[in-house]
Amino acid sequence: MTAPNPRDEIVEHLKPLRAFALSLTRNSAIADDMVQDTVVKAWTNIDKFKAGTNMRAWLFTILRNTYYSNRRKAKREVADVDGVMTNGMAEKPAHDGHLQLRDFRRCFVQLSDEQREALLLVGASGFSYEEAAGMCGVAVGTIKSRANRGRKRLAELMQINEDEAMEMTDRVTMAVVSASGASAA
Amino acid sequence: MSTERPKKQISAQIDANLKRVFEEDLDQDLPDRFKDLLAQLKAQDGGSAAGGNK
Repeated sequence: MTAPNPRDEIVEHLKPLRAFALSLTRNSAIADDMVQDTVVKAWTNIDKFKAGTNMRAWLFTILRNTYYSNRRKAKREVADVDGVMTNGMAEKPAHDGHLQLRDFRRCFVQLSDEQREALLLVGASGFSYEEAAGMCGVAVGTIKSRANRGRKRLAELMQINEDEAMEMTDRVTMAVVSASGASAA
Repeated sequence: MSTERPKKQISAQIDANLKRVFEEDLDQDLPDRFKDLLAQLKAQDGGSAAGGNK
């Protein structure tokens, strides 16, 4: 029996890794490149992985470091892409689950990287605050306050979003009403 | 005019949305390039990994 090679474990974490990358970038081409970079780095630096520790946390850490160093290189490209924002405008406000999620995504991309990251690690991927703090190299309290500020900001953005949707509906309704009023007159 | 919803409820709704967004991404199929990449890395590695060609 040979000792299990941690490299063989990498494949099991590809989907969550890609989901994390997608949530950070909202661009599947960039996300896939980041995952590819992460896999290559993990593969070649596998000796730095401590057996018995959380492989997913380790991979997520490599990915976020990749993200931030790319980020520094490329400065801010528009986070839109994949049409998340552009398509959004044409949609009419609705309250079925799918559109709500789209609205949510649109608000989410407006948060700072740090807030998104904290919410993704803690809120979405189920890491503990302690794990997330370790991955980001900051204090636990920092992660907590980033997550809380992120939630607060999201709530504000969603509220604004809702108000705008209502306003838009009102305007359309008014237009229809006044148009039909005009033709009736 | 604003109908203030309780804070806790909003927070719970946000976390639920976060999970749903993340799960939506999780459900996506992995592009083939990753299978190819792993195969390529394994091949490059030659002896150290299982297989034993050379």
